[in-house]
Amino acid sequence: MASSTSSPLRLLYDVRVRAVLYQVVAVALVIGIGLYLFGNVSRKLAEQNIATGFAYLDRPAGFVISQSFIAYESSDTYARALLVGIFNTIWVSVFAVTLSTILGLIVGIARLSRNPMLSLLALLYVEALRNVPLLLYLFLWYALIVAVFPPAREAWQPLPDVYLSNGGLIVPSLRWSQAHSGVLLAVLAGIILAFVVAGMLRRRRVATGRDQAAWPFVLLALLAPPLLAMLLLQPDLVVNWPQKGRFRITGGVQVTPEFTALLMGLSLSASAGIAEIVRAGILSVGRGQWEAARAVGLRDRQTMRLVVLPQALRVIVPPLTSSYLSTFKNSSLAIAIGYPDLVMVSNTTMNQTGQAIEGIAIFMLVYLGMSITISLFMNWYNARVALVER
Amino acid sequence: MKQLKTKMAALALCAAAGAVFAGPASAQATLEAVKNRGKVLCGVSPSSAGYSFADDKGVRKGFDSDVCRAISSAVFGSPDKVEFVPLNTNIRFQALQSGEIDVLSRQTTLTFSRDNSLGLDFGPVVFYDGQGLMVSSKLGVKSASELSQAAICLLPGTTTLQNLEDFFKPRGIKYESVVFEDNNEWRNAFFSGRCDVITSDRSDLASVRAVANDPAQFVILPETISKEPLAPVVRQNDSNWRDIVTWSVHALVAAEEYGITQANVDEKAQSKEPEVQRMLGVTGDLGKMLNLDNKWAYNIIKQNGNYGELFERNLGEKTRLGLSRGPNQLWTKGGLLYAPPFR
Repeated sequence: MASSTSSPLRLLYDVRVRAVLYQVVAVALVIGIGLYLFGNVSRKLAEQNIATGFAYLDRPAGFVISQSFIAYESSDTYARALLVGIFNTIWVSVFAVTLSTILGLIVGIARLSRNPMLSLLALLYVEALRNVPLLLYLFLWYALIVAVFPPAREAWQPLPDVYLSNGGLIVPSLRWSQAHSGVLLAVLAGIILAFVVAGMLRRRRVATGRDQAAWPFVLLALLAPPLLAMLLLQPDLVVNWPQKGRFRITGGVQVTPEFTALLMGLSLSASAGIAEIVRAGILSVGRGQWEAARAVGLRDRQTMRLVVLPQALRVIVPPLTSSYLSTFKNSSLAIAIGYPDLVMVSNTTMNQTGQAIEGIAIFMLVYLGMSITISLFMNWYNARVALVER
Repeated sequence: MKQLKTKMAALALCAAAGAVFAGPASAQATLEAVKNRGKVLCGVSPSSAGYSFADDKGVRKGFDSDVCRAISSAVFGSPDKVEFVPLNTNIRFQALQSGEIDVLSRQTTLTFSRDNSLGLDFGPVVFYDGQGLMVSSKLGVKSASELSQAAICLLPGTTTLQNLEDFFKPRGIKYESVVFEDNNEWRNAFFSGRCDVITSDRSDLASVRAVANDPAQFVILPETISKEPLAPVVRQNDSNWRDIVTWSVHALVAAEEYGITQANVDEKAQSKEPEVQRMLGVTGDLGKMLNLDNKWAYNIIKQNGNYGELFERNLGEKTRLGLSRGPNQLWTKGGLLYAPPFR
């Protein structure tokens, strides 16, 4: 008996041993194929005298990018140009995700309205937007913006010093410095502090039962950091006024039509999907909850905000994560309408250097990294709103 | 959506496949592979008026396509043994590196780094072009140096973007660049006034102007801001195949110089001029040195015409593009075209 169990062949019949064995073989296969492909690629590239490696990232890019949030000159490196592209991708995605969530929430609730006109309008909105490919909408929005608004030379002036043309919306801006960034950070800190203070006061009210006006404290928390920062840093308030030149309007801050069209395309299309997710979430909350809320005297709006939405979130958050991920990835369609996102900068880089494998590896890595970050954040949020069972 | 996704997929696939499975293609045997296959795989522009485009019957027309046909005539004695592979600027080099095409004839600018870092070799220049700038005539612009703060529409992935910066930066001119992946969006953005300036190779600007509602409304500025010598491209390390492409182009140019046309090539074959006889394979064995039929050059001219005929048919004054020969004229007439001797 003892001799037969120790036989290696005999071990193969053990289910647990086999399970481990299968996994080892599978992992070894995947790694093996990966190594083979990598080795083959390197060898062939060397044979064909094709330059490899990431050394090109340190060379000057030599091209301009029309929209950038970090300082960028054509004499900067390819690495910095790619970074500009990454920031542009993130910038438009953050706006699109925020806007699509707000729109989707409103439309999703409107879809369930008892007013037939409103729910029909919401239905039309959803069906029109989610049944046409995003790229076509991008072309449509861009063509509309460019065709409806006049050229920059004949820009409309809805307000003094505000220009609207197919070159974009241009408004006066402050000449930015580090002091301004400091104040901006202080504003953000103030908002966070206000929330914290409000939460503390609420908990105290619940604990002690004393009703005390909370708003003076919250207001103080909101305003104190920015005011303090203003006093300490003393930013110059020099306004950068837009000026009409021979071709364009210079100065001020410009919102380009490419950005606007991309933002519209991404957020409108995504909002249709989110509206359906919200509707499904709300419908998943039992009728009994509505009736119970009404029975204790809550109004419709209160029922929605205090009873239904918190429960609906459990159903809403997981598909919402997918929606955010696809919005982020869809931003790569920017290249079709001339918004300088990561893919566009990568493409230009690949063409100038001829190093396509490295270029694609970089942008796959960036998209993967960003997507995983979004997923992790949403999973954390999901865990927070999930039904806690005791 | 579909087009763009296919493009992206093709880009990724080509890059990967090119590197992974590039084995046999890099060996010294393109001619053999072409002969076994029975056709030349030629990479061309998907749609570029005058250079390579499909006509209403689906037949590839254009100058670059005709260069492919000339190579087919040299190898097979027939201009039709070509399979055209339309490629965008982003994947053209990968397609050649990976062996998906045998030769790239696609308005490709010969530059130092392309020649020396891509594992590729360039044939002789078939078209001397240069980057130009086009504006609406309403603006009253006379020179590129007046373009400060203008918005400029351009296409990505070419030398265009860097040329622009190389030209404007030393002159201290700031501009807004708007880059489009899609040719139609690029043109429309310019026509609708999103950009004040559109830039590309001058020949390309001519074809943009040709499709405008009112071509007279647009002027191409006098400055040529870059040199764009367009040449066919082959893989490195196959000198026989490179020679075939190189001398096919030279044969087109030499034929024009010697007055040999599609119509009179039979008559010229009877001529007493030794160089013409050698080129057309009446005497000598130049063809054999290329591992081709001795009538290779005769077939090129008989079936396709000479350089001048290719030019006039596709790009010349009578076509929609209406280009004059300019530098693309024989050296004997003040141009840059010069074929080495056939001996």
